[in-house]
Formats: sequence, structure tokens, C-alpha cells
Amino acid sequence: MHYAILCYHSEEVVMAWTKEQNEEVMGRLEKVRQRIAKEGKLGPVARLLPTTAATTLRKDRDPPLIIDGPFAETKEQFLGFYIVDVADLDEALGIARELGEANPGGAFEVRPLAVYYPAGV
Amino acid sequence: MAEIAWIHAALTSARPQAISALLRYFRDLDIAEEAYQEACLRALKTWPQNGPPRDPAAWLIFVGRNVALDQVRRQKKQEALPDEDRLSDLGDAESEVAERLDGGHYRDDILRLLFICCHPDLPATQQVALALRIVSGLSVKQIARAFLVGESAMEQRITRAKARVAAAHVPFETPGPVERAERLAAVAAMLYLVFNEGYSASGAEADRRRPFSEEAIRLTRLLLRLFQTEPEIMGLLGLMLLQHARAGARLDADGQIVLLEDQDRSLWDREMIAEGLALVDKAMRHRKPGPYQIQAGIAGVHSRAARAGETDWAQIDILYATLEHIQPSPVITLNRAVAIAKLRGPEAALAMVEPLEQSLSGYFYFFGFKGWLLMQLGRDREARSTFDRAIALAGSASEAAHIRQHIDRLMRESGQAAAG
Repeated sequence: MHYAILCYHSEEVVMAWTKEQNEEVMGRLEKVRQRIAKEGKLGPVARLLPTTAATTLRKDRDPPLIIDGPFAETKEQFLGFYIVDVADLDEALGIARELGEANPGGAFEVRPLAVYYPAGV
Repeated sequence: MAEIAWIHAALTSARPQAISALLRYFRDLDIAEEAYQEACLRALKTWPQNGPPRDPAAWLIFVGRNVALDQVRRQKKQEALPDEDRLSDLGDAESEVAERLDGGHYRDDILRLLFICCHPDLPATQQVALALRIVSGLSVKQIARAFLVGESAMEQRITRAKARVAAAHVPFETPGPVERAERLAAVAAMLYLVFNEGYSASGAEADRRRPFSEEAIRLTRLLLRLFQTEPEIMGLLGLMLLQHARAGARLDADGQIVLLEDQDRSLWDREMIAEGLALVDKAMRHRKPGPYQIQAGIAGVHSRAARAGETDWAQIDILYATLEHIQPSPVITLNRAVAIAKLRGPEAALAMVEPLEQSLSGYFYFFGFKGWLLMQLGRDREARSTFDRAIALAGSASEAAHIRQHIDRLMRESGQAAAG
């Protein structure tokens, strides 16, 4: 079963981390990531640039409307994701918990995939 | 201890919004700052026990407001408000109150807070010091060290600057569109000043001032989040990111400036470049070119070149020509001449810079570049005297050292010529 672990956090807080704090978090996450990858359970992983770099295409009208910024104005922003291949929800939550220990604050949304095309297919 | 560091990050990120809301509420910068400080002290006490609140800014605004009101009431010998140990358990109720207090105003609140730092009577360095102190919350000590002045002198300067902005009575009403646009332009200029105070430093100063550039980037990101559709703010943030991406390659081991064409490009920060280029792309879609967008475009052309030799100088020439058109200045023409030198050779570039001599007679880079052009053309004697003028105008030891290298080369070559 494929799950997406969607990472949410306050962008302003993450931006206020010092370089050392950022490196500390990234280093800890990397260790978890490598372990899951070695077990053959990891799909694509991405950290997104800040929402200020985002553009939104509203397609509920014709022609679609292009808007600067992220889709939703929220207190916590969508900042990145992991795709994992696991047996069940418990295992997905276990990985999320482990990633959470490496990365304080914010939330992970653990969500099963309906359709999955790995790169290049 | 580690936990305190994370709380500190949360406090830093909440500071602009919290202080600007408290400023609107109390209409007094000193009261707003004190209220915020007091709220932070209480946060450091209660957050490690109760966990940080979901919305740190709302918590700080709420507690800060109550603390300050409490003090006012205590002075009037009235009954005190409940303390924040009880309030912090209120969860959503507290953010609801803060929301009402804060409402949809925070965009203009933060803009106002930044705007009061750019009072036109304040010299540039005081604007920078004020913004770093009030908006970013850097300590007076840190700012004083970076500007190489004593702590008490800096304290005095900031106090005087504050008195000045208080006397200016920036209105608290919601600004109209024209006024908002004016404020935004002034704030953008001030943030770029803050950035450059960090970016232009070299030698031992560079380390002490690096936080300035990082703060400017953080505040400009915040500004762009508030004004998502402003192409010039996209341009400004893009420009800062594309320049700051080179920070790791700009100075050599002795803290001397390494020219763009000599930099080790593998040391450039790819993530910052990606973000900067994305912002330039976004801004271009608006088809409302402005100085920051164009300068970001120029920085972007450099960033896209894997090697200095692959730089698209024709594109840079076009961008500088556009910049010259919307914001004519001899410095911009001088910069354009660098592209011309690459595209059409030193003679064409020299013809372009010679008419600028009168207006740039006090400008180090003019004589540095003109000397270099003369050197390329083999006019060594003129090159030498032009370099001498550059050295006399050098603003730092590393600038002078750079020119001296050219002079040494000229002397070596003329020595060889004489020997041969």
C-alpha cells in the first residue's frame, strides 16, 4: 500500500530557524529517510520552496485564472512530502512518528494513494 | 536548552506581527515593545511546560495586550486581569480574541511597522538600525558591533530615531491604495538597504553582518506573503536570493572580495537560486517591469551560467538598457558598459564610460573599470593614473588591494618590456 506523508508546518517559524537548527532537522530527517530507503519502502521525497514562490491555476472558470501564491491561505503550509510503500496504516504512522521526532512542530497528514505512477512510466 | 532554541525561533517568527498589532492597539512604539518583551518572558516560562500554542503570534498579542493594560489599570488601582497561566489554557478562545484584535489588519499593521522605520529624515544607517532593532529584534549590542560603534552610542542613535518616528505621527487609519503603494515602495527600498549592509561587507565585518542579509530576506518573504501579487516585491526577493546565493563564493580565505567571474560557482546555493529564478519568472508574467525585477533578471542571467564564459551578455545588455530607460543613472550606464566590453570589446565600452567621468568623479568603481579598459587597450600610462584615482577612492582595504593587483601587473609587464 502506498501512502503519502504530507508535511505541514508554519512557514514563518521554519524560516526563523537558524542555519544550525535547519541543518540539525535536515540531518535527522536524512537518517530516517536513508533507513526507510534501504528497506525498499521509499518512493519520491520532496521539500518544496516557500509558498511565496508558488503560483495557483484556478480552473473553475474558463479560461483558468492564474493567481500568485499558494492555493490556500492557512496558518500551516504544505512544505513537502514523502511517498512510502508499507503494509498498512500502522506502519505508515510509525514512519510518520519517526519523522516527527526528527522535526519538531507542525503536522503530517498520512494519506493513502489512489493512483501512483512512479517516475518515467 | 534545545527546547529554548526552538521557542526562540517561534518568538522570532511571531515578532513582526505581534509588535505591529500591539502598536496599532497602543499607538506607542515603546509600550508595544515592552508589552511584547513581557509576553516573551511569559512565553519562555509557560511554553516549555504547556507546549507552544498553535498560533504563537496570537498568544503573544493577547498576553502582551493584557500585560500592558494590566499595568495601566494597576496604575489606576483597578482590578487586574487574570494572568496568562489561566489564559494559555483557553486554546481557541485566545486566538479568537487575538483574531478580533488582529483581524484582517495585520497586512497593513506589518507594513506600517516597517514603514515607520523608513522615515525620510532618518539617514540610511539609522533606518537600517531601527528596522533591525524593532522589527527583527536584533540586540543593540549585535547591531552596534556590526556597525563598529559602541553599544551606548548605538542605543542613543536608536532612541533618537525612535523619537523622530514618533514625532512624525504616521497615521493609524487603513491606508488607501496610493498611500499603500507608496509605503510599499519605501519599505522595499529600506529592506534592500538592510540587505546591502550585510551583502556589501567584507573581511572580518562580513560574518558580523551576514545576519542582516538573512533578516532582509526573511522580512521580504513576509512582505511578499502579505502582498502576493506585487511584481516588484517578487523582484526584490528574487534579487536578494540570487545575490545571497553567492555568499559562500564571494570572499576568499582572507575575506577579500572575489569577482563574479572568478568565483567558484559550485559554492553557489542552488536552492536559493531556484527560488530566485522562480520569483523572476512569476514577476515577468505581470508585464509591469520595475528596477528590482530587472536587477533580479540580471542576477538570474549570471546564475544560469555554469561558467563565467557562458554568460549571456547580450541578455544582460538588453536588461541594463531597459533599466537605463526606466531609471536613468550613470551607475547603470557604467554597469551596462561591462556587458558592452564583453560583447563589443574595450574600445566600445570606453566610449560609453568616458562621458560619465564628471558625474562619477567620486566613484571608485568608475575608475577601477576605466583603468581596466585602458589596460586592455594597452594604454598603460593612462591606466596607471586611473588606477591611482581608484585607490584614492577605495572604501575598503579589499577594494584597494584589488586595484593594487592590477597596478602590480602593469608594473611587471612594463618591467618585462623594459628588460626585453
